[in-house]
Amino acid sequence: MKRTRTWVACAALGALAGAFVAGPTARAQNATSSSLPSLSKAAASPDNWAIPALNYASTRYSPLNQINASNASHLQVAWTFSTGVLRGHEGQPLVIGNVMYLVTPFPNTVYALDLNNHERILWQYTPTQNPEVIPVMCCDTVNRGVAYGDGKIILHQADNTVVALDAKTGKVDWTTALASYKVGATGTEAPLVIGDKVIVGVSGGEFGVNGFVAALSMTDGHILWKAYSEGPDNMILLNPKTTMSLGKPVGADSSLKTWKGDQWKIGGGDTWGWYSYDPKLNLLYYGSGNPSTWNPVQRPGDNKWSMTIFARDLNTGVAKWVYQMTPHDQWDYDGVNEMILADLTINGQQVPALVHFDRNGLAYVLNRATGALIAVHKYDPSVNWTTGVDMNPSSPNYGRPNVVAKYAPGSRGVNVNYKGICPAALGAKDEQPASFDPQTGLFYVPTNHVCMDYEPYPVAYTAGQPYVGATLSMFPGPGGYMGRFIAFNPVTGKTVWQIHDQFSDWGGALTTAGGVVFYGTLKGYLRAVDAKTGKILYNFKTPSGIIGNVMTYMHNGKQYIAVLSGVGGWAGIGLAAGLTDPHAGLGAVGGYAALKNYTALGGQLTVFALPGS
Amino acid sequence: MNGRSRLILIAIALAIGGGIAALAAAPGNPKPVKQSGGIWTDRQGAPTYKISKDGTVDWGTFVGYLRYSDTCLRCHGPDGLGSSYAPDLVHALKGIDYSQFIADVAGGIKAVNSAQDLVMPSFGTDRNVMCFIQEIYVYLRARSTGALGRGRPEKRVASPKGFNQSSYKCLGISM
Repeated sequence: MKRTRTWVACAALGALAGAFVAGPTARAQNATSSSLPSLSKAAASPDNWAIPALNYASTRYSPLNQINASNASHLQVAWTFSTGVLRGHEGQPLVIGNVMYLVTPFPNTVYALDLNNHERILWQYTPTQNPEVIPVMCCDTVNRGVAYGDGKIILHQADNTVVALDAKTGKVDWTTALASYKVGATGTEAPLVIGDKVIVGVSGGEFGVNGFVAALSMTDGHILWKAYSEGPDNMILLNPKTTMSLGKPVGADSSLKTWKGDQWKIGGGDTWGWYSYDPKLNLLYYGSGNPSTWNPVQRPGDNKWSMTIFARDLNTGVAKWVYQMTPHDQWDYDGVNEMILADLTINGQQVPALVHFDRNGLAYVLNRATGALIAVHKYDPSVNWTTGVDMNPSSPNYGRPNVVAKYAPGSRGVNVNYKGICPAALGAKDEQPASFDPQTGLFYVPTNHVCMDYEPYPVAYTAGQPYVGATLSMFPGPGGYMGRFIAFNPVTGKTVWQIHDQFSDWGGALTTAGGVVFYGTLKGYLRAVDAKTGKILYNFKTPSGIIGNVMTYMHNGKQYIAVLSGVGGWAGIGLAAGLTDPHAGLGAVGGYAALKNYTALGGQLTVFALPGS
Repeated sequence: MNGRSRLILIAIALAIGGGIAALAAAPGNPKPVKQSGGIWTDRQGAPTYKISKDGTVDWGTFVGYLRYSDTCLRCHGPDGLGSSYAPDLVHALKGIDYSQFIADVAGGIKAVNSAQDLVMPSFGTDRNVMCFIQEIYVYLRARSTGALGRGRPEKRVASPKGFNQSSYKCLGISM
């Protein structure tokens, strides 16, 4: 009772306090760098981390090699920085020259830190956002990072406003409102700057928001093109004749034909993940999320183009090819995970590949120029909803997953509890990016080894209210652990080595020319691992659980490794409660220790380096 | 107007009229005395649970579990235990009676200040919540007294006649 009263009292105080903090705040001191480089120049230097995924290919592979497999065990904490925010910290900082830029979860404060001067705060910017946006953000108020270009820092705020800040002063250059949070459309992803454009998407799959990707002008923020995931061809920017899917033109109304009536209008397919770009092909790559609702019976059809890999012409936005991985999603396996562009040698031939570790537990290898399917393998052996993808080009089901009805919610109607499905809705891997090391030719993937029961039922749609329609209960996968960090070959499907963790591995990976791979764990460990053997070289417990992505940079001749701590996000939902196994029988319930026994909330950046100057 | 849609109107009226005046009060003795349409009520007429010795739960508790997990879980965590960004309802419900519960759910709660930014939206117009507000309360009440453990209640009484039809009607959907 006391607790309840306190909360209500705080609410009243909060309303008053809100009146005094209104107005965006930018506090700037003199920057030390006099001129700012272009993005292409900044990204060309391995000392910088100028693009959220380090490079357009999203490999998160750094050519820096000062820290290597022989000396990584000597790593020490060089400096730390508290973000002042307690919510889940996904994403990664940027480093351009002598300045580091980072953004916090809501209220989305952006900091510029002077690496030349004891990380003094050069400027900080906190936007004014209506707190009503907080509850329409599914799964915590995360932000996956800012982008850089043309001397500007680009922020996609929670309330779906995109802001360009002067990278020297933090002053607002332009703002563009994309969609209203009042219908549940929010901003969480890291934008991608390419030349004179900035690419942004939208979150809101659990609110029925029709997803889109937009290209904004870097000069003034106006919308150059906007391409939806679902609807008529002119909204999706599909050309019925030239947009290909598995080698065939998509034809007219390829999305509309796969929805009942106008359900596509509230059909999800949001675009809150990562974007990649191939400068040679001038193609932009990303995936769309789950169709809304989570009750599949309520939305018959393939629900195109949710759960789809898109390859779009950067100049026009028109799709060159599309591939739907999970038609008629029955599990919430959003297709938004990163698209890693890697040139792989397959059967003795060099292939311009796109590699994607999907939430559905399958690792896809496609030809990124044509969208042709090359290989699909499970990257967690527990995946049971499918026996694999039909790889026979002459089959009517070519490219579709063979679905196991027993593990397909809705196959026996609503109000049925479908048990023991692997992976769980949060996917065999969620947004936490994998990394590709061209030296070993392997992909390093942080994964969730979690299964679920899924019980769908009818729901009503109300704008701005959750539109879900299923009860899920999640539990650790076979073996009783929830985290698997794997070194994986997506062409052969072979797992070269793996490290198990009690909780999901929800931090993004970094590979380096030093032969060391880095990632963070939910208990808060920053880990350095030998890329070849999987041997743990260094294991340091940061103040809070890690759901951020490890990055590296070089400053004054010294290599640094940095990661944001701050437990939360989807993983934070189970933080307090822990997960139970509904099938373990009475007495075993609660047997899995809760994450809260290991870590607590707190946003902090921890930066590591080798000892000595 | 069926019973469920009338309930939404009552809930909204309560939230508007009673939201400020209502003081948090303990919900009192949960003993079920009367049943109608699958929902048991206590001596005060507030919805309550009825769980037999072998763990079989009443229909309200079961549906409450499902609908809690639909809308409330994303913030308040599995089994009402809270998350990194919303309070533990198993604890909170010990001090909230039915009218306060409806006022909070329908009207929303805000706690935004320098130390935290917690916002519970208003669910007054969300049929997925308001059509099942009695059931969600019953479920959380059972969790808060310790009568119901974690996870999906595996044993339950049969669905009352016409439940699905009246639910769908309230939700405004045809199945």
